[in-house]
Amino acid sequence: MNIFVLVKRIPDTESKIRINHETGTIVEEGLTFVLNPYDEYAVEEALRLREAGGGKVTVLSVGTEESRIILKKCLAMGADEAFLLKDNAPETYDGLRLAKIIARALEKKFSDYGLLLFGKQSMGTDNAQVPSMVAELLGLPQVNVVTKLEIEGTKGTAHREIEGALEKVSFSLPAVISAQKGLNEPRYETLKGIMTAKKKEIPILSFEDLDLKEEDIAPLLEVAKIESPPPRQAGKIIEEEPEKAARKMVEFLHNEAKVI
Amino acid sequence: MILIFIEVREGKVKKSSLEALSEGKRRAADLNTEVNAVLVGHNLESLASEVLPYGGSKVYVVENSLLSHYSAAGFSQALFSLVEDIKPEIILFSASSMGKDLAPRLAAKLGVGLASDCTRTIAKDGKLEVVRPIFAGKAFVTLSFKSSPIMATLRPNVFPLGEPGEKKGEVIRKEVVIPEDQIKAPALEILREKGAELDVTEAEIVVSGGRGMKGSDNFDLLRDLVSLLPHSAVGASRSAVDAGWIDHQHQVGQTGKTVSPDLYIAFGISGAIQHLAGMSSSKFIVAVNKDSEASIFKVADFGIVGDLFQVIPYLKEELKKITS
Ligand SMILES: Cc1cc2nc3c(=O)[nH]c(=O)nc-3n(C[C@H](O)[C@H](O)[C@H](O)COP(=O)(O)OP(=O)(O)OC[C@H]3O[C@@H](n4cnc5c(N)ncnc54)[C@H](O)[C@@H]3O)c2cc1C
Ligand SMILES: Nc1ncnc2c1ncn2[C@@H]1O[C@H](COP(=O)(O)O)[C@@H](O)[C@H]1O
Repeated sequence: MNIFVLVKRIPDTESKIRINHETGTIVEEGLTFVLNPYDEYAVEEALRLREAGGGKVTVLSVGTEESRIILKKCLAMGADEAFLLKDNAPETYDGLRLAKIIARALEKKFSDYGLLLFGKQSMGTDNAQVPSMVAELLGLPQVNVVTKLEIEGTKGTAHREIEGALEKVSFSLPAVISAQKGLNEPRYETLKGIMTAKKKEIPILSFEDLDLKEEDIAPLLEVAKIESPPPRQAGKIIEEEPEKAARKMVEFLHNEAKVI
Repeated sequence: MILIFIEVREGKVKKSSLEALSEGKRRAADLNTEVNAVLVGHNLESLASEVLPYGGSKVYVVENSLLSHYSAAGFSQALFSLVEDIKPEIILFSASSMGKDLAPRLAAKLGVGLASDCTRTIAKDGKLEVVRPIFAGKAFVTLSFKSSPIMATLRPNVFPLGEPGEKKGEVIRKEVVIPEDQIKAPALEILREKGAELDVTEAEIVVSGGRGMKGSDNFDLLRDLVSLLPHSAVGASRSAVDAGWIDHQHQVGQTGKTVSPDLYIAFGISGAIQHLAGMSSSKFIVAVNKDSEASIFKVADFGIVGDLFQVIPYLKEELKKITS
């Protein structure tokens, strides 16, 4: 089976986010970028499926040249091939634009896909849009926020996390699956993997290669502004006997904050 | 017209959809338009009366026996037919797990932009703008829309529920035709961990524990507190989850759930940036930590510097006094 994993480069979760108020963008300078953690689960799952049932694992990322670093990481983890779908446009938080690019690439260049694996959300946009949108554009079944995946031949079942429970879903391939934490434990790259990855080319596919015109993928959302969250007022911190502290806390919550 | 998707899970109308309806009603007043609601499924006409008090002038009930179980493909097809028919200008969902799964599928079908997990809606010059957290709440972006209908999902627990009024309004039943092969990924069953625990994203009070809890058995202390507090749930830091003390479903933070309860209580949680990302939009934050320098105190409205194992028993007693 041909498994495709869609991966995105995001700022490390430790990052302090700085805003350029003039351009309404996030300042990239000084940020460390990593593979989106949810995409890492997706890559791991792809590798396990290949190990169990054979096939090929291809990773794709839409982004700038800088995204090569995360594609290299995926290759080092064990992916067979990686492609960069080159896009230099600023972020507009419009998932459909990305989904259109990804769907077009799959149709035009990789139409032999059997399974499409995504992360459940890219940290940063926090959109959780792209997987469902790609599924719709390609007319495929979707199962999002998956913590357990089983594939047998052309059929699959998955557990998807919902509020306080899991939903068991059945589907047939090809399908879109998005990974949630808990699906697996991603492996570390081995030295051998890193050496092999070094030798692999990462071909670029341009919008021209995909027959995509700018107007086909014009953003449908517009950033009016980006702001820092309002700072929280410093609160009341007490250091007293446990009994007294507990009483003060409950009094405070009951009488002043009125939340209990 | 503003159309609100009303989610039904296991025969119950989700509170977060009624929050979305309440917000829709407020914006409809600003934008001089009406707000309507839609229920999708099978045999749910009786639930329309639960929706009417929150303000839908019309409640559409989209029926088909194939829609008795949720599937993104089936539900989006049903909504698509209704949207083609009644042409709303704005469609709002709760950013619940169903809303997050369904809204993007419908947006792609309609070919329109979608804003996810919004925490504010604004009527500006006769149009809707939304504000939403990005980078797990480290920044907020204001978005305007260049496609129509406007589509957004709204974060649960953020938008105040309107006062229920009279049950007036029209209930309109719509049959939709859905080819069976359109369902694609049907839900077979719902598997629930012990009890019908409230999810942290839906709870009004979240009582969380971190590495300071020292072990899985001690989470029972938090469950005791939760049993004393209405609409509350147990949360956890990633360290507690990684240690295997509690299931990942309870994890709050950047790789866990984002919560905005009325009250968030953190026991033995240091307040790492990834944890704060998941809970700093809580309306009220309380922390108990033995380290007075812990970062959690920087966001806490009320903090106790002390040993949580000594504080919790007294806390239980005090809570019993006010809740009894
Ligand atoms: C990519 C990535 C994603 C992450 N995502 C998340 C996430 O989603 N959620 C999350 O929570 N973390 C996340 N983290 C981890 C985060 O960085 C911290 O490691 C974690 O939040 C720490 O958990 P903690 O506060 O429970 O533990 P610690 O930092 O070890 O803090 C324990 C606290 O308990 C206090 N304590 C100990 N004993 C007592 C006692 N008896 N009484 C009172 N206080 C006591 C200590 O003073 C200390 O402050 C992520 C990290 C990475 C790299
Ligand atoms: N630029 C991108 N390139 C490749 N895949 C992406 C990109 N953006 C999002 N995705 C995929 O879609 C998932 C959900 O992203 P999002 O909808 O942005 O939250 C991610 O975890 C990735 O698997």
